Amino acid sequence: MRIAFFATCLADTLFPEAAKATVRLLERLGHEVVFPFDQTCCGQMHVNTGYQTEALPLIRRYAQTFDRYEVIVAPSGSCAGSIRHQHAMVASSHGDAGLAARSASVAARTYELSELLVDVLKIEDVGAYYPHRVTYHPTCHSLRMIRVGDKPLRLLRQVRGLDLVELPAAEQCCGFGGTFALKNAETSTAMLADKMTNIVSTGADVCTAGDSSCLMHIGGGLSRLRTGVRTVHLAEILASTEST
Amino acid sequence: MTTFLGMPATAPRGVGHLRGDQPFPRAAHDALGDSQLRRNLRHATTTIRGKSGRVIAELPDWQRLRDAGSAIKADVMSRLPDLLAELESRVTEAGGVVHWAADANEANRIVTDLVRRAGSERVIKVKSMATQEIGLNEALEDAGITPVETDLAELIVQLGDDKPSHILVPAIHRNRSEIREIFLRAMPGVDPELTDDPPVLAAAARRYLRETFLSTSVAVSGANFAIAETGTLGVVESEGNGRMCLTLPDTLITVMGIEKVLPTWRDLEVFLQLLPRASTGERMNPYTTMWTGVTPGDGPQNVHLVLLDNGRSAVLADTVGRQALHCIRCSACLNVCPVYERTGGHAYGSVYPGPIGAVLSPQLTGIEDNASLPYASSLCGACFDACPVKIDIPSMLVHLRDKAPHPPAERAAMAAAAYTMSRPRLYAYAQRAAKMARIAGRRGRGLPPPLSGWTAGRDLPEFPEQTFRDWWAQR
Amino acid sequence: MSTSRELILDRIRAALRDAPVAAEVPRDYRPAGTNTADLDVLIDRLADYKAEVHRVGAGEVAATAARLAGEGGAVLVPPGLPAEWRPEGSFADDGLTPERIAAAGAVLTAAAVAVAETGTIVLDGSPDQGRRVITLLPDVHVCVLRPDQVVASVPDAIARLDPRRPLTWISGPSATSDIELNRVEGVHGPRHLHVLVLDS
Repeated sequence: MRIAFFATCLADTLFPEAAKATVRLLERLGHEVVFPFDQTCCGQMHVNTGYQTEALPLIRRYAQTFDRYEVIVAPSGSCAGSIRHQHAMVASSHGDAGLAARSASVAARTYELSELLVDVLKIEDVGAYYPHRVTYHPTCHSLRMIRVGDKPLRLLRQVRGLDLVELPAAEQCCGFGGTFALKNAETSTAMLADKMTNIVSTGADVCTAGDSSCLMHIGGGLSRLRTGVRTVHLAEILASTEST
Repeated sequence: MTTFLGMPATAPRGVGHLRGDQPFPRAAHDALGDSQLRRNLRHATTTIRGKSGRVIAELPDWQRLRDAGSAIKADVMSRLPDLLAELESRVTEAGGVVHWAADANEANRIVTDLVRRAGSERVIKVKSMATQEIGLNEALEDAGITPVETDLAELIVQLGDDKPSHILVPAIHRNRSEIREIFLRAMPGVDPELTDDPPVLAAAARRYLRETFLSTSVAVSGANFAIAETGTLGVVESEGNGRMCLTLPDTLITVMGIEKVLPTWRDLEVFLQLLPRASTGERMNPYTTMWTGVTPGDGPQNVHLVLLDNGRSAVLADTVGRQALHCIRCSACLNVCPVYERTGGHAYGSVYPGPIGAVLSPQLTGIEDNASLPYASSLCGACFDACPVKIDIPSMLVHLRDKAPHPPAERAAMAAAAYTMSRPRLYAYAQRAAKMARIAGRRGRGLPPPLSGWTAGRDLPEFPEQTFRDWWAQR
Repeated sequence: MSTSRELILDRIRAALRDAPVAAEVPRDYRPAGTNTADLDVLIDRLADYKAEVHRVGAGEVAATAARLAGEGGAVLVPPGLPAEWRPEGSFADDGLTPERIAAAGAVLTAAAVAVAETGTIVLDGSPDQGRRVITLLPDVHVCVLRPDQVVASVPDAIARLDPRRPLTWISGPSATSDIELNRVEGVHGPRHLHVLVLDS
């Protein structure tokens, strides 16, 4: 299958390993990955911070860039959520019915990674090998916006060598929330503290999730406290094999 | 601000409790540092989440009830003038008197006049968000009338000279030993041997209020619903203080927001299933009283209903924001909110805290008076899932953020980011330039606000040697 | 009519200028008549909320109520209570003062409807249930239920009740969750609720 890759601005710029892993994984599974260079950012930060007018060109750019592809994947539940739940809504509330229709159409073809694997490619065992004790944090937008359910866990359970441990109070927000982490830094940090306590209690050496943004937040806290627990994007685990 | 007659208007300043003294992040600062408060809130919200989840799981049609509740509320909003007129007719036919209050000041005046006319210097009160919102107690006190809160949690707040912090359990921020101390300090005639055992505390409130119930001739209540078709009003409660107030006095004055009307008697079959399970986590609350005007020989013989606007018409005018008026005040969104659980209700400044408060308060007052509230959320979406009438609070928060006044520096930064991200080549250039930020180090020493808020508790990620885009180009 | 009435209605009409059309209300939840009432469920739910349930024959009501009123406690009854249920020495409400009502050892009434699924009994002020105040001030409420008064669910109860009557829905004794969100029985209403379920 020919799959267009939306790397997301965050993974492209700060977490290229997650983006590269997505490409390696899909290619290993026999698919063709294309990366349209005209892509930038989905505009979620703008929309969620109250700048819909500023987000509009980014929403338009996403639709223009990806409209020609049948299947689009993003290694982020949050960006996929914004594309699916916000793009058409913002376009239509700004009176651009044409863009709203186009955005809705592209959004329907945009998948988060675990959705693409389980729902579209119908695969749960991707042949990965990852000999670590791992706990999974379901990010809020994966869980409640696009509702990936247990798809990431089903993928992780098939990874050889991986010891999956359940995260207590997993469904609670880590406190990232985009610019929330800056505007309400103290509340955000208080939420993070509880999330870290739960992660450390599992004894895992890796915390994984489907969003680089939440992992940046959690990982930044775990690193500051020198817990020794690393954050690794789901794509990186699924891309790992015995030879890597 | 100029108000045109007949145009939707926000709640007036200078009266009531819809506006805080400081922005949310500053108000949250104190709460976050109070470890006792944090423990109390965590214990209470964890308890209620568990209880609620268990009784909701007993109903096979919970999601269908939510769909019905949501649709009934949308229907109410779409034909609110007709339903209010119908309600007025039915209540009047049944012997009640209907009053209309455009704002808090008018509602307070109406209630004060009615109490004076009844010749009472004291009123007993059933817990009511509407009367908290309009600051009725202060208005009554200014007029020389003593309001006595009879709900246990409201009594704790009133005796403790405190502010409510939760819609359903206004003293949720207090634990049993703090409540004992408040009673010992402020409850007249209390047993000095009082323990902090909850049944003992409840019994103390029973003894203290019994005489007041029997000797006060005017009660003030809110209403959980009003049925347009029949003129029936209802109060859902637990302790029996509601029954006391709604049954014993000669005069009953009910203050109700205009959005609380329901079209038909049958609609109650939906809300009486949704409300108790979502709010206290009970299959049914201990007591619900329903009355239609005056029943000769049974209960109050002078029955008044005050219909309150106080900014609701302004909320209704926003096609996205009007969903906030669907709220049935169950508090489920507070109980699941990770922000509320850590900051408590006082940080929101308004009597309506938590996620629903973050969308309702700024709309009632006008967003400029509560500009920080729509940002008091990580947009985690737990509130939307918990809401028994499916109010899409996250989408409304995003909508209100778009309408909120923005700091000039933030606006400039956002515009610059959008400009760059709209141009792929400029964007790629900026990505490489951003690597310069590594100078700040992972602890981000010397970063200016708001970035310093990040590095206060979190390290920055290490900047990679190469962006994905550059890696792809070189493959 | 007050001018505020017109002002508020004008404001609402202006707010609804977009003329929203609400979708029809989906009522595919379990409506009235879905399930038959299960007496065992009712008894289980009543007990769960700390009401005490007694299975009795009609001839045992008076003695049971007298026993529950305790030593020296007189039983208060509404004026229209069936004569065969009235305990010896009971007194009927004929406009008694609140003080007299509060002094009763127990109040004995019938009910209008009971909801099995929620463990709720509903009083509607009929002559066998009386004024609302008589079931409020005594510390013990003894309520007699006929099996045919038990319905399965809230929609069933709504369908049976007349909203023009004063209604009191009672689920267990008076309680509060205001202290640390734990349910504590016994605040202002009767601290003891006994439900006498008559044999059919």
